[in-house]
Amino acid sequence: MKDILKNFLKYLKPYKLHLGLSVIFVISSISLSLFSPILIGDAIDFIIDTGNVNFSEISKTLIKLIFLSLIASMFQWLTTVSINTLTYNVTKDIREQAFKKIHLLPLKYSDSVAHGDTINRIINDIDAISDGLHQALLHFFTSLITIIVTLIFMASLNIVITFIVILLTPLSIFTSYFISKHSYKSFRKQLNTQGELSGYITEMLSNQKVVKAFGYENRAIKHFQNINSTLYDSGVKAQFYSSLSNPATRFINTIIYTVVGVVGSLMLILHGNISIGEITSFLTYSNQYTKPFNEISAVLTQVQSAFVSAKRVFAFLSEENEIKDLPNAVEIENCNGSVDLNNVYFSYSPTTKLIENFNLSVQPGQRVAIVGPTGSGKTTLINLLMRFYDVNHGSIKINNIPIQNIKRNNLRSLYGMVLQDTWLFTGTIAENISYGKANASFDEIKYAATQAYAHNFINRLPNGYKTIITEDGGNLSQGEKQLISIARIMLINPPMLILDEATSNIDAITELEIQKAFKKMMKGKTSFIVAHRLSTIREADIILVMNNGNIIEKGSHVELLKQNGFYAKLYKTQFLNQ
Amino acid sequence: MDLYKFTFQNCELICYNLIIIIIKSKLRSGIYNMVKLAKYLNGYKKQVILGPIFKLIEAIFELIIPLMMANIIDIGIKNSDSQYILHMLGMMILIGIIGLISAILGQFYAAKASQGFGTAVRNSLFCHINELSFTDLDSINTSSLITRMTNDINQLQVAVSMLIRLVIRAPFLILGSIFMAMSINITISLIFIATAPIIGITIFFITKITVPYFKKIQNTLDKISLIVKENLSGIRVIRAFSKQEAEINKFLESNNLLAQTAINVNKISALLNPATYLIINLAITCIIWVGAEKAFIGDINQGTIIALVNYMTQILLSLIVVANVVIIFTKASASASRINATFELSSSLEPHNSNPSVQKNKSNKIIEFKDVSFCYDKDCDSSLNNITFSLHKGETLGIIGGTGSGKSTLIQLISGFYKKNHGDILIYGNDINSYNEQELRKIFGFVPQKAVLFSGTILDNMRWRDPNSKYEDIKKALDIAQASEFVEKLPLKYNTKVEQGGKNFSGGQRQRLTIARALVSEPEILILDDSSSALDAQTDSLLSQALINQCQKITKIIISQKCSSIAHADKIIVLDNGIQIGYGTHDSLLKSCPTYEKIFESQKV
Repeated sequence: MKDILKNFLKYLKPYKLHLGLSVIFVISSISLSLFSPILIGDAIDFIIDTGNVNFSEISKTLIKLIFLSLIASMFQWLTTVSINTLTYNVTKDIREQAFKKIHLLPLKYSDSVAHGDTINRIINDIDAISDGLHQALLHFFTSLITIIVTLIFMASLNIVITFIVILLTPLSIFTSYFISKHSYKSFRKQLNTQGELSGYITEMLSNQKVVKAFGYENRAIKHFQNINSTLYDSGVKAQFYSSLSNPATRFINTIIYTVVGVVGSLMLILHGNISIGEITSFLTYSNQYTKPFNEISAVLTQVQSAFVSAKRVFAFLSEENEIKDLPNAVEIENCNGSVDLNNVYFSYSPTTKLIENFNLSVQPGQRVAIVGPTGSGKTTLINLLMRFYDVNHGSIKINNIPIQNIKRNNLRSLYGMVLQDTWLFTGTIAENISYGKANASFDEIKYAATQAYAHNFINRLPNGYKTIITEDGGNLSQGEKQLISIARIMLINPPMLILDEATSNIDAITELEIQKAFKKMMKGKTSFIVAHRLSTIREADIILVMNNGNIIEKGSHVELLKQNGFYAKLYKTQFLNQ
Repeated sequence: MDLYKFTFQNCELICYNLIIIIIKSKLRSGIYNMVKLAKYLNGYKKQVILGPIFKLIEAIFELIIPLMMANIIDIGIKNSDSQYILHMLGMMILIGIIGLISAILGQFYAAKASQGFGTAVRNSLFCHINELSFTDLDSINTSSLITRMTNDINQLQVAVSMLIRLVIRAPFLILGSIFMAMSINITISLIFIATAPIIGITIFFITKITVPYFKKIQNTLDKISLIVKENLSGIRVIRAFSKQEAEINKFLESNNLLAQTAINVNKISALLNPATYLIINLAITCIIWVGAEKAFIGDINQGTIIALVNYMTQILLSLIVVANVVIIFTKASASASRINATFELSSSLEPHNSNPSVQKNKSNKIIEFKDVSFCYDKDCDSSLNNITFSLHKGETLGIIGGTGSGKSTLIQLISGFYKKNHGDILIYGNDINSYNEQELRKIFGFVPQKAVLFSGTILDNMRWRDPNSKYEDIKKALDIAQASEFVEKLPLKYNTKVEQGGKNFSGGQRQRLTIARALVSEPEILILDDSSSALDAQTDSLLSQALINQCQKITKIIISQKCSSIAHADKIIVLDNGIQIGYGTHDSLLKSCPTYEKIFESQKV
């Protein structure tokens, strides 16, 4: 709690001025607008009886009232504007930091935390902070000041009646507490049932075709009706309890209003120490007195949820960053494509050992195939080569330079990477192809696409290279997306390659083209291929066999078959019947 | 008078909601849509009639209170009659209590009727969706359907409850306040009648100016979400290309735009509170000034002026309530129109003659397609053209083709989910339409491409085809599907809990369970829609063996992308763009169908 506030104040700090001004504006606007009932009361006091009305005093008071209203409304506007400006700027700053954080974190983070969760933190949680801050400043703060100022004004009019009002206050607090406690309970029950119902709806409707294929409809309907009737019971209760709060507040308001009016009148009759105008002012104050309490209790729940969100956002922001490039890190300009791994140890978590004492020397232009059953950790090696993860021990060298001494961006630019899960962003096909070379000419893009066998299908699209790729490339097939990402690499022509052969359903013809494109791209380049096809594996210079995250065998196809180990077994079961 | 001040903080929220509504929906045909759903209130006539009446009683008493206060001041104080004042105190509290009781009753009826309404609509909608055909289901997307069942119905529920609570009360309070003011003094009531529209117009204009900005804010926010999402999913590629800076700049641009637009638009929308505050205070000034003149003549008293000032606030409060009701109802009418649209989708699948079917032929050809064509929309190119084949009991049919070649469409025609446009589909020599839904479902066992299980136990999932199937039948199905081994290893075996979608099982396990599910109580035709993709080679071949050896009586239809999975089939159909470009055995197709040969070659290591 304390940490969250401390963290939060850091973001408020640049806007100290706004905050200070907001406080001044709030106090001014509330004091001024609360002063108007007094003026109204004054004016009414000058209306004494038929034929006895002090018009000159009334007009003076009314002019004061108009003037006061003008200034008060100006301050009201300034309050809202300054609080809004403050809120939106703070929100903007936090969101900016959160987004930058995505790119500062090691890949370990985005690999292990669900993306939905991170998106939630950056979008919804920060929105909740924004709402909470806005509510806290605008409503909580104004309500609090209103209560205080109202009490001060009332006390200045008449101590006894003020005291009565204060005595009646707990009535209002107690009632709203009682109602909210009850409605909270039944609301929670309603929410749970609603969650259950939504879950059932989602499950059944998203698989409606299966439901129909099995003639399950009637049984589904029966189950649905059961949950639905439970929802009815809890829904009626929740709605009823929560809808009590308005009439109850109104009732308490009426009580306070009546008591204030009656006590005031009696005091006037019996002691004469209060005027009718003053009673009017009191009536006005009492009418509005309970409202801020409701406001505060409403705002508190929002502030509470903002705190929960802030906790999540700051937890995200305080995750440990990726290690920075060394100060003397170099850039490789002419990479010959030799890669050496010496004595490499690596594992994702300290408790489970993965790669141990691994050595590999890849000559320029060689092909390395990585094979193994699904889930054997074939991508681990890619993670290490690209330095998405750092080795625990040992070294990886390119051109005989340890990769820790190479600038990360430079290191990564040496590889062309095509992953199985192709990533395309929202934008045109041309923009996606030129992702690695923003200033590429259209001819270059077209040439790269042709090389990647992507030109033909792109040309068939109604808008050709200008076709907008929708979110996640939904309008292209898996195979077509992969062809585009090959074109992306063709365009920058890096000295080394990392390829991930697709296992998923790509139709036969496209698959054939991807094969051809891969072959063309690999010519003369050092390449690492996560391989699923026997032809790729056979043609590789070195085969790395992985199982359970570890590299268990290494050698050429012929050598490994001779060893008659894991690879030989894998070869027989998995590849021979292809 | 600043009672409204606090309510007007909500007013900003209301204004914002109004804007959202204007952005998102058209304000037309709303009432029609809602009236159409009114039949679901039939069981709640008592509540719908009595609810508003109780709320009206409360409103009347609310209006009386300021009048009684005026009497206290004008009569009680003037005559120094403390007896009278105490008498009035008693009356006012009594009236307050009666008001409270009728309000509670009103709220209770509103809760009952609105929740009951929602429950009825939900039940009816869920039943309706279950009656829809595949063609209808294709035309709506599931997530919007889910929204309709949840959010939209909730929205309507709120509207019904508001209808009962406010529709009579709020206008009554406005008109009542004006009427009361008129009964006190006609001239002063003119001030009331003028103020209400001025406030209305102010709200309207400020709202209108800000609409385009709020639209822009919404778009920018969507864009920010998209950028975040893309950056997370593409983090490896972004780092591989060292594009972090560029991505951050792209984000900052939208992020700054968002903040700037929000700050600017709020400068305008923040005018709302001060403007109304000013208008009301000016109106009160007028009331006092005119009131003073009237009092001088002796037309009215101090107390009545105070009552008038009170009614002024009352009007403002009611205006806010009315604005709120407008918002709720526009939202609800949009919901209502979506729900009605769903109800209007009628099953395009002819009720497969629901009568117990008449005596049928028992041809030895279990399925026969004669020149069948089909398309999804009425006016599109055909999705499937001139399909012709026939299959005897126990035979296996393979269907192969690229993505979008019409494989899945074909099996959905076979199983009667879509209705052909042209040609004949015969089952045992009878037209497929002569079978009723239940008979058809009994004939077919279906294994979908996506392996979904449903929440419940394994046993529950195995009883989808037949709720009364015996343990031995289920065991046999699990055996054939190669699932027995892992199921027996589970601590709770058949009673193991299955989470939603079957997430607690691996892809391969799920797939084996869905195969078993289709095999329980032996279907006559088993359809496998590319359903061995998650199985490893060994399990796959064991499964094929089991299907061949233990299910000789079952006719099998297998869809695949791989020649190896269907090479053993008695007949193979090769599809390309909805056209049957090859039909025969594996060996004959290699000779006669170039596409088939090409696919085979590409997959041959």
